[in-house]
Amino acid sequence: MRHIISLLMENEAGALSRVAGLFSSRGYNIESLTVAATEDATLSRMTLVTAGSDDVVEQITKQLNKLIEVVKVVDLSDGDHIERELMLIKVRAVSKDREEIKRMADIFRGRIIDVTDKSYTIELTGTGSKLDAFLGAIERSAILETVRTGASGIGRGERILKV
Amino acid sequence: MSTELSGAEITVRCLQKEGVDYLFGYPGGAVLYIYDELFKQDKVKHVLVRHEQAAVHAADGYARSSNKVGVALVTSGPGVTNAVTGIATAYMDSIPLVIISGQVPTHAIGLDAFQEVDTVGITRPCVKHNFLVKDIAELATTIKKAFYIASTGRPGPVLVDIPKDVSQQKTAFVYPESVSMRSYNPVTKGHSGQIKKAVQLILGAKRPMIYTGGGIILSDAASRLTDLVRMLGFPCTNTLMGLGGYPATDKQFVGMLGMHGTYEANMAMQHCDVLVAIGARFDDRVIGNPKHFFNQDRKIVHIDIDPSSISKRVKVDVPIVGSVPDVLDELIKLLKVSREKPDQTAIDAWWTQIDLWRARDCLKYDRASPIIKPQMVIESLYEATRGNAFITSDVGQHQMWAAQFYKFDMPRRWINSGGLGTMGFGLPAAMGVQFANPKGAVACVTGEASIQMCIQELSTCKQYNLPLKIVNLNNRYMGMVRQWQEYFHGNRYAESYMDALPDFVKLAESYGHVGMKIEQPGDVEGALKEAFKLKDRLVFMDFITDQTENVFPMVPGGKGLSEMILV
Ligand SMILES: Cc1cc2nc3c(=O)[nH]c(=O)nc-3n(C[C@H](O)[C@H](O)[C@H](O)COP(=O)(O)OP(=O)(O)OC[C@H]3O[C@@H](n4cnc5c(N)ncnc54)[C@H](O)[C@@H]3O)c2cc1C
Ligand SMILES: Cc1ncc(C[n+]2csc(CCOP(=O)(O)OP(=O)(O)O)c2C)c(N)n1
Ligand SMILES: [Mg+2]
Repeated sequence: MRHIISLLMENEAGALSRVAGLFSSRGYNIESLTVAATEDATLSRMTLVTAGSDDVVEQITKQLNKLIEVVKVVDLSDGDHIERELMLIKVRAVSKDREEIKRMADIFRGRIIDVTDKSYTIELTGTGSKLDAFLGAIERSAILETVRTGASGIGRGERILKV
Repeated sequence: MSTELSGAEITVRCLQKEGVDYLFGYPGGAVLYIYDELFKQDKVKHVLVRHEQAAVHAADGYARSSNKVGVALVTSGPGVTNAVTGIATAYMDSIPLVIISGQVPTHAIGLDAFQEVDTVGITRPCVKHNFLVKDIAELATTIKKAFYIASTGRPGPVLVDIPKDVSQQKTAFVYPESVSMRSYNPVTKGHSGQIKKAVQLILGAKRPMIYTGGGIILSDAASRLTDLVRMLGFPCTNTLMGLGGYPATDKQFVGMLGMHGTYEANMAMQHCDVLVAIGARFDDRVIGNPKHFFNQDRKIVHIDIDPSSISKRVKVDVPIVGSVPDVLDELIKLLKVSREKPDQTAIDAWWTQIDLWRARDCLKYDRASPIIKPQMVIESLYEATRGNAFITSDVGQHQMWAAQFYKFDMPRRWINSGGLGTMGFGLPAAMGVQFANPKGAVACVTGEASIQMCIQELSTCKQYNLPLKIVNLNNRYMGMVRQWQEYFHGNRYAESYMDALPDFVKLAESYGHVGMKIEQPGDVEGALKEAFKLKDRLVFMDFITDQTENVFPMVPGGKGLSEMILV
């Protein structure tokens, strides 16, 4: 099953490589990983998307907790949570396609953030499946380039991950 | 204004503050300032080894036999890479070490400088934690943290990498009294609700088994364990790492379990209805094929300080995260006040069954053999030392025979590499043991292949007059490899024959030690007696043993615990 794990860790050089190293050395699956400093500059927050049986995911959270620089770990999938991913996509947009693509971006609540006479660059946020759906809705040959951040997640309501 | 000290001096002062009496190391460019400071003082005594692997093994042997943190010092680049085997060995067996390594100057890091390696990167998967100190202001706190992390929770090696310029710069020295880290707070107390559940299971057991490991030794909980086991009247088995945690000569001890465990221990492990695992991690060499293990229904209580050791390979019913001494105190307290008592009739019947398994006499061997049997050498070693020696070992058949035939009644007496299985460990580890226990008798049980992996340390032993007794079970084979080839590779002994062996007697003599070659069974006892009489000399005993002897019982790979090959 797919799990989305959030963690807070000391914002120190090398902390990221400990997490990445853990996943590769123990053979855990890693779908995406995003990380940046939090409002407290001494802490980084990481969101990891992984897949595995319950036993494996239990080991993953235990092993993450064991890393000396990791302060807190939660499996967001254990409860209600919100997930978002950002995608930037550059598409070929000429003549009558321009209107069609703009409409499609509107339907998906994307924004066109750069324009040339041959292309649009669209910014789109949402769950991974929404981004997938957008990619599916656009003609394959029109896609020039895409970049996705991987998921970030946060608990709903009173669920707070803080030190 | 306080006087400023160099990073090198701060390093040495930190070691003094931590009460480090011996430091095992080898010099080089990146640590020269530190060596200079060591030279100027005499509180921390430096032991010069002949290879960095041995520095770490010696620090490791020191730690295992004393419950203090072992400390090693190595230079950058090849110094570190040589040390990696030692670090990984300590990591796999959860041994508290602090390794200080030199690094190229901060401004040269990343430029492929002379003797530069990414030490933090290379050692990351085999340390509990590591640090690169880029700012001298953080040096003292970092070393304090290193000792704290190494010795608390589940212990392990911690490496501190110090660039040469940091060891040269100066700052005021303040050694923190204590450390607190928001990201590292190991638990000690177990959950009381879980402990109550464990008590219920224990009291209801009809075929109980207590299985303990390295966690008992590491937390110095042997006497508490003994109290618990005697109070309950249950059988107790130890892993290879747990030997000495429960007195081996006691009748409730059923021997080591696992791949080369006793018939009775493995059968009882397989057929018990309540299993209490304490400070043991259900290693694959211990439970064999997990599927087979679960053919039998049983309830499992697992006490371990590391949550990730619990339900890793074997699902358990009552997990208790906590330190063994704390949890056992609580458990014993509850058992004492409980009005319920274990079902004595059922337990008696269980012992009757166990005694039948025992009667199989799984460790028997040909005592009348005209060729020296390795088992007999270990038994004689036990007699010659009255079971009181510190025994280190290398890796192979000799290691298993030492574990099976030397009856360890005390913890921290059996020093071996279990998790990584590092050949070359025995001799340098014995050096560390001797430094930690200057009055103790220390023997290293080894094989002619293993001993050659760190043989250069005979020179260190000479320099420091370490009166070790080396028991070389010389079967002219990588016996353990040969045994597997005999059973699983159709007797094709590919590269497991030890050809062109040195004359070990002359070799020992050339290092300034005493050498003995023993070829007749009748000479074994006398040789050992004579060797141990030479109290201030290292004696290398080369026992020419039966080449074809195998270690039994044996649980073949992929098989279940009760599917042992027996003699
Ligand atoms: C050739 C060879 C053959 C081998 N054959 C066997 C065999 O037949 N039988 C066998 O048993 N082993 C055998 N081994 C060793 C095996 O590989 C493992 O090293 C060993 O079984 C692990 O022992 P352990 O479970 O006691 O764990 P250890 O590695 O000693 O781990 C200790 C456990 O205790 C926990 N712990 C530490 N401190 C505390 C504390 N304060 N409180 C609570 N818990 C704590 C740790 O978290 C860890 O889970 C063999 C090795 C070799 C090289
Ligand atoms: C560094 C290292 N290399 C290889 C091995 C694999 N190995 C395990 S036991 C063994 C043979 C050991 O031979 P010896 O020391 O003579 O002991 P014996 O089994 O003959 O008693 C080997 C090669 C190992 N454990 N460690
Ligand atoms: Mg051999």
